[in-house]
Amino acid sequence: MNTILTIKNLRVEGRPPGGAYVPIVRDVSLSVKKGEVLALIGESGSGKSTISLTAMGFARPGCRIAKGEVWLNGRDIMQIPPAERHALRGDEVSYVAQSAAASFNPALRIGRQVIEAPLWHGRADASSLTQQAKTLYRKLDLPNPDTIGDRFPHQVSGGQLQRLMAAMAMSCSPDLLILDEPTTALDVTTQVEVLKAFKGIIHDQGTAAIYVTHDLAVVAQVADRILVLKNGEIVEEGATEQILHEPQHDYTKTLMAAVRPAPHLLPQPAPAAETPPPVLSARNVTAAYGAVTILHDVSVDVPKGSVVGVIGESGSGKSTLARVIAGLTPLKKGTVTLEGQTLPHNVKDRGRQTLQDCQIVFQMADTALNPRQRIRDILGRPLEFYKGLKGQKRSERIAELLELVDLPPSFASRYPGELSGGQKQRVNLARALAAEPKVILCDEVTSALDTVVAAGVIELLKSLRDRLGISYIFISHDLSTIADFADQIVVMQEGRVVDQGPAEQVFRPPYHPYTKLLLTSVPKMRQGWLEEVQAGRDATPSHLVQG
Amino acid sequence: MSDTPDVSIQQTSTLSRLRLTWTAAIAGFILLIWILLAVVGPWIAPHGEAEIISPQTFAPIGEGGILGTDKLGRDVLSRLIYGVRTTLSLALITTIITFVFGVALGFAAAILKGGFDIVVSRIVEAFMAFPSTMLALVVIGAFGTSQTVLVLTVGLVMSTSVFRVSRALGYDIGVMDFVEAARARGEGTWWILTREILPNCMAPLIAEFGLRFTFSILFLSGLSFLGLGVQEPAADWGLMVQENVGGLFLGSSAALIPAACIASLTVSMNLLVDWFQQRQQGETVLEKIDE
Amino acid sequence: MYKIILWRLGQGLLTLFLASVIIFAATEILPGDVAEAILGQSRTEEALATLREEMGLNRPALVRYLDWLNGLLTGDLGTSLATKRPVADMIESRLWNTVRLALLAAAISVPLSLSLGLWAAMRAGGRIDKTLAVSTLALIAVPEFFIGLVLMKLFAVELKWLSATANTRPYYDFWDNFRALALPVATLSFAVLAHMMRMTRSSVINIFTSPYLEMAALKGLPKRHLVLRHALPNALSPILTVIALNLSYMVSGVIIVETVFGVPGLTRLLIDGVTLRDIPLIQACAMIFGSVYILLNLLADVLSIMSNPRLRYPK
Repeated sequence: MNTILTIKNLRVEGRPPGGAYVPIVRDVSLSVKKGEVLALIGESGSGKSTISLTAMGFARPGCRIAKGEVWLNGRDIMQIPPAERHALRGDEVSYVAQSAAASFNPALRIGRQVIEAPLWHGRADASSLTQQAKTLYRKLDLPNPDTIGDRFPHQVSGGQLQRLMAAMAMSCSPDLLILDEPTTALDVTTQVEVLKAFKGIIHDQGTAAIYVTHDLAVVAQVADRILVLKNGEIVEEGATEQILHEPQHDYTKTLMAAVRPAPHLLPQPAPAAETPPPVLSARNVTAAYGAVTILHDVSVDVPKGSVVGVIGESGSGKSTLARVIAGLTPLKKGTVTLEGQTLPHNVKDRGRQTLQDCQIVFQMADTALNPRQRIRDILGRPLEFYKGLKGQKRSERIAELLELVDLPPSFASRYPGELSGGQKQRVNLARALAAEPKVILCDEVTSALDTVVAAGVIELLKSLRDRLGISYIFISHDLSTIADFADQIVVMQEGRVVDQGPAEQVFRPPYHPYTKLLLTSVPKMRQGWLEEVQAGRDATPSHLVQG
Repeated sequence: MSDTPDVSIQQTSTLSRLRLTWTAAIAGFILLIWILLAVVGPWIAPHGEAEIISPQTFAPIGEGGILGTDKLGRDVLSRLIYGVRTTLSLALITTIITFVFGVALGFAAAILKGGFDIVVSRIVEAFMAFPSTMLALVVIGAFGTSQTVLVLTVGLVMSTSVFRVSRALGYDIGVMDFVEAARARGEGTWWILTREILPNCMAPLIAEFGLRFTFSILFLSGLSFLGLGVQEPAADWGLMVQENVGGLFLGSSAALIPAACIASLTVSMNLLVDWFQQRQQGETVLEKIDE
Repeated sequence: MYKIILWRLGQGLLTLFLASVIIFAATEILPGDVAEAILGQSRTEEALATLREEMGLNRPALVRYLDWLNGLLTGDLGTSLATKRPVADMIESRLWNTVRLALLAAAISVPLSLSLGLWAAMRAGGRIDKTLAVSTLALIAVPEFFIGLVLMKLFAVELKWLSATANTRPYYDFWDNFRALALPVATLSFAVLAHMMRMTRSSVINIFTSPYLEMAALKGLPKRHLVLRHALPNALSPILTVIALNLSYMVSGVIIVETVFGVPGLTRLLIDGVTLRDIPLIQACAMIFGSVYILLNLLADVLSIMSNPRLRYPK
């Protein structure tokens, strides 16, 4: 059949500001046929996004295409003048970025941005393009298709913007569409709608597409073929069926193994004979930033030695809950007690013992570790601060802590910038462990990590609970992670607790409607799931979906 | 998701690691020369600071002294060499005053927040609502001219912008997770300021120091040029320009030379600060279109 | 949006009020006994008493301040200590010279720096951009009196094309006026041109690091379109602020330029006032310059509020 894109022996190099160029993509060859969706999967740093952009002959600032051929519609676009190559962008190839909220120009009306590319490339005049755009809006199930183009980006929701970006990419009827993690920034309930919209529009127009993602379940829904990448090289290539069910390469197998099954399919731990007394409890907590109330009357108990999973979409107030418990955000009403003792609201008024017993671990290990301190000082400070350890004893304990989180003792002399994301998160945890706390508040600690790395961190948390009897509040938007790990579940929506109980109760029928919506929205590693869930949604009365 | 290359730069010699551009190298060289002259000036100047060496006023270059004489027949070269010391030391003291006030208040406002921040920020805003030169003129008008008044006034007037920079830095870094982590650990304000926030603000603060230093040279020599700064018989470059403007029509360069010297100092400083800031930046999308 | 603008206008009024407090405090309260400060070493008890009487210093500071403020609002700027003439009259005869200089310089430097800045932005990383970057960087740091003196030496002393003094006469024709004003206007323009140009460029380039410009670039739009249609609307607010900042910076620049070229303007009056410690004159001049500065910044803020689509079209 007719091939749209062929990339041969591609080599891309990148450099840090002022540094020297080093290869980030090596010897990659691929091709995409008309009407075919090729998925590039891999973890961060695998070069998948970089490769997808080379299909437009484009390299991000700080990178350059060093070698290779990019054949688009029968000609090598690396051999034509830059101006001609630039003219192909938005004409023969178009691009959908990860975050629509950041990719729409905030100062221009949406409609103008949607038709801009074909208008510039002289495809048609503005009024007929606007008419075509309205047809696209209808196909994408956007509300008010006739007027939505007159709005500014800040006036529509994130999910709608993501669909509008699909319209923007399709407005020039490209031969090739590049989708770079187009649903990653979305909440799980919104993701389903957007995925469906993308799939529909690719199918309708028979466009060839490159779909970049790290999420295997998403790939299962949209891709015909999969290319697995690691460190800028192709590890395995094959049809979606084959990669998902009979992976050949060890790395692909690891990737598959790290994916957790859907929450309600997991074997749940047998309910404990009796719940141990709570080590930490928050009662009727209400908190606000200025006039905006973030938490409404939230109550959570953490039994000794157990894990309480808090789930909810962005803006549900789950991170605020952790900050209130840690005393970083003032609460308006309610109490927080640790081992029966009521805690002062502000961290400044809390005693050293209290602070030591309840530690918080932040989501982004990149920003949670001071870039100007060595690991030795980062871990040594709580040892000194809480336990007065100095000199030899302190160094020994630092080595023990590093060992506890599976890092070599030589890391003590490094700076955070010299560590990988997963290693940083381990140091982040080790810092909390240094205090030998009774409770650790984990705020999305695995969200910024790749699947395989995240799985490792979860295993570590589990073993620490079993060995040291630490309790956790584990906050996450990822249901599968929580279901695998938590004993108690708290489901939050818009600052309220909507569902709460032992895991085996929350994740077993009868479901709370919102919990059900969340559960059914998590993509399954099964082709055809997207169509099933859509059929199921259409049958469900809408008041249930609204939550 | 971006695939930014995660590469450590290879360790080479100190000089090449500085990645000096040729503009920065020249600028640094000029600055070094002036600083050296400021230190050893009095020993190598051919004549005294206020010594009249020739009956001929506004002698052209080559006659009288090497660089000619000024309106009183003093040696321009000697006054230039003495002047670099006055000019640099006054600017340095002024910049230090600026920083002590600006940084202390700025970080205090960012960390203490609340009432203190509101009150100080409002006052600073009110002062910033004034052209800085105007503010300095008003104060000098009320107190009279002396070096103490001069240095204190200019230092305080300029500290408003340092306050703004350090307050913003303090706020930006103060909300980062590692500072929150320190707060959650129960660390005191002093620790958080000196161990967590300050080490992460050094680069922008150094750049700001360079800019303020340049600005204070311009400010002080501007005032001297207006006759409101350093007073005779001391040698100051700004003052030398003011003294010798009249000679311009008599073909004398006695006013242009010190003015050019000031420019060489400030331009070098500016180029150096720019190099320091540019080192941390990369390219943009615009540059990639033509590749 | 109107609420925000009204609130900003209110803030502007408050700043004006605070400015008057600062000026009054700096000139009449901080130095302690103003009369002693003015007369300095040569004072006699008698002279002190006369001056105190003359300036009304025997009354409490608050009364004096309110009296002065009332005078400002009704156009009575007090009497000069040095010339014994009403300050308002002295200012009136000088005002136009300064305003004309500033207006001409603004009319030249604002459009020129904006277009140069955008031009440099469009050629970011190229040779033109790099040359402009280094030369403007250098120009920013050059003192105005150096620019003024070099121009004067070149065009007035050596070439004799233009006049070194900016005195104009009522009977001057266009070319006479041009010859008189060209150098001071050029000097003043240079002083702000480089800075405004750089800031325009960097405001636009800043926008180029945002994902929506990468998106626009990947639509195959030409650079000109990217800079003017996509980056510029988002850079308007910082650019407006920079223009206001530089126009008000001219207040300082004007002081030097008027001195270099002997323009009989308002700032010369102020410098004389400072030298002679003519407090009422200093207060009046400072208040005028302060108000212009505050109003310009206010205008820039209001305009950038109005150009923000988030505020213009709420959800």
